[in-house]
Amino acid sequence: MTADQIIFILCAVVIIVSALMVVTTRKLIHAALWLVAALFGVAILYAVLQASFLAVVQVVVYIGAIAILFIFAVMLTRREMLDKGAQTRSNWWLPALLGLLILTGLVFLIIGQPAFSRTASEIPADVDTLRNLGTALVSPDAFVLPFEVASVLLLAALVGAVYIASDKKK
Amino acid sequence: MLFLNDPINFISGWLRGLLTGWGLPGGLMTVIIYFIGITVLIVFAMTLDILLVWVERKVVARFQDRLGPNRIGPFGLIQPFADIIKLIIKEDITPAGADKLLYNMGPVLAIASVIVLWAILPLSAKIFGVDLNVAVLYLVAAGALGTLSIIVGGWASNNKYALLGAFRMVANMISYEIPMVVALLIPTILANTMSVQGITQAQSGMWFAILSPLALIIFLISAIAELGRSPFDLNEAESEIVAGFHIEYTGMKFGLFYAGELLHAFTFGGFIAVLFFGGYGGFFGLEKIGFFSWLNNPFVQAVVFLAKAMFGYWVIMWIKYSMPRIRIDHMLGFNWKFLTPLALVVLVNTAILSKVLVGLPNWGYVLGMLFSNIVIGFITVEILRAYGRKQRKAEAKPAPQSAHNQEQAA
Repeated sequence: MTADQIIFILCAVVIIVSALMVVTTRKLIHAALWLVAALFGVAILYAVLQASFLAVVQVVVYIGAIAILFIFAVMLTRREMLDKGAQTRSNWWLPALLGLLILTGLVFLIIGQPAFSRTASEIPADVDTLRNLGTALVSPDAFVLPFEVASVLLLAALVGAVYIASDKKK
Repeated sequence: MLFLNDPINFISGWLRGLLTGWGLPGGLMTVIIYFIGITVLIVFAMTLDILLVWVERKVVARFQDRLGPNRIGPFGLIQPFADIIKLIIKEDITPAGADKLLYNMGPVLAIASVIVLWAILPLSAKIFGVDLNVAVLYLVAAGALGTLSIIVGGWASNNKYALLGAFRMVANMISYEIPMVVALLIPTILANTMSVQGITQAQSGMWFAILSPLALIIFLISAIAELGRSPFDLNEAESEIVAGFHIEYTGMKFGLFYAGELLHAFTFGGFIAVLFFGGYGGFFGLEKIGFFSWLNNPFVQAVVFLAKAMFGYWVIMWIKYSMPRIRIDHMLGFNWKFLTPLALVVLVNTAILSKVLVGLPNWGYVLGMLFSNIVIGFITVEILRAYGRKQRKAEAKPAPQSAHNQEQAA
């Protein structure tokens, strides 16, 4: 077993356990922090895959956003923020079964792919992945259209938020 | 001589030889050598931190016309060690109803968020942790971790003041992250890279502080806001919420928050040096002349870097001890209505000019950049002056007398 595989397995365990804890823990704040742990695990996976930009953006965007989630959790819930009710419904087995079926199907589908057993080739040291990513985002034969559409969508959301929050009496 | 020219590789080569002699496998050897390297870096940062306590106290004493620590040891140099002993032997109190695990995690995260920054801080061309190609973004990511420590500590203390401090920190961070990221993009555009080594080398001829002084000012302000230092220390405002997020922490747990804050300020001084003052280099081409070739020595570079970082730290202290705390609505208004638009204007200006001026000789490029910054700064000051005058006139005008007031007057 190589070092990469050991790191991957450790990360995968951390991600899965944290993701489980997000939905099972009774304290809302703890759920938010478990979410941080799960997202951090994903960031480590990106780093192992040499996608340094994605890894750092994952931490900036998600762990930064958790702070806001935290505030909402504190402000919008009861004082002790502890849910004492039952955590499952009577028909919990149905979505569990569906989820398991979808997972099995996906696993079989992925194993069937020829790329599954291929090991990824090492990125040469002189290739600047960051520069390539930046060029791909603005070049017409790559991702310029989705990139611009996403930016227009975000701008619309920004304008909408300002309009809703603005004082209309003035 | 090899040690003097490339100390890290020399030591790691020597260790590798030693461990090979002991018959260790290559993979394990790499892990051990990296582990030793990381430990040495952290020990260096923390030892520097002890010195910073003394520096901070001496400097604040000068600003406030006092003497500062001067009883224990020469110039009071032993004072920080006495402080550490005091902090360690204090009683460790965990408040009732605190979330134990998170409560203890707060100070650890606070110091960790600073230590991770040292991984990318380039002390010299040969002495650095790692040269990431996304180092500038990494700086922002570590800031998110620091905010998390304050929120976790503030919430887990089970104290209303602590929670208020945490809330204020979130408002602070969400707003000041934006001008900071925009200001960080300007050195990135000027150097054409996000790696701190690349940014440092791009400044060997001309500092970015001269090419874009406005970006330096914006970065400095948002860095102080991110540090939570005065005038942005709303998260621990003593006169309003006692001590804010760390109100319940005692002994060394408080000490970690305090040490983290000092080291964070120094580290940001270091980043100001790297991003705008040429880091370990930036001698305006002096190091290429034979007589001054000793400037390329890694140890000389490290001393230059630490001196520049200390200057940045001193400026942050200077502002901290000269400015009163600002109100939270002023803080948010200042960020959203002033700093963010200004940062965006400077960014667009730099992006366009860096393409327009590319054909010019070097002095034309520098003068063009500097002149555009001065023009933007002048226009900003004029807009602020007009706005201030309008507001003062509105306040000076007597309020219209309502019927109710006239009745009372009668």
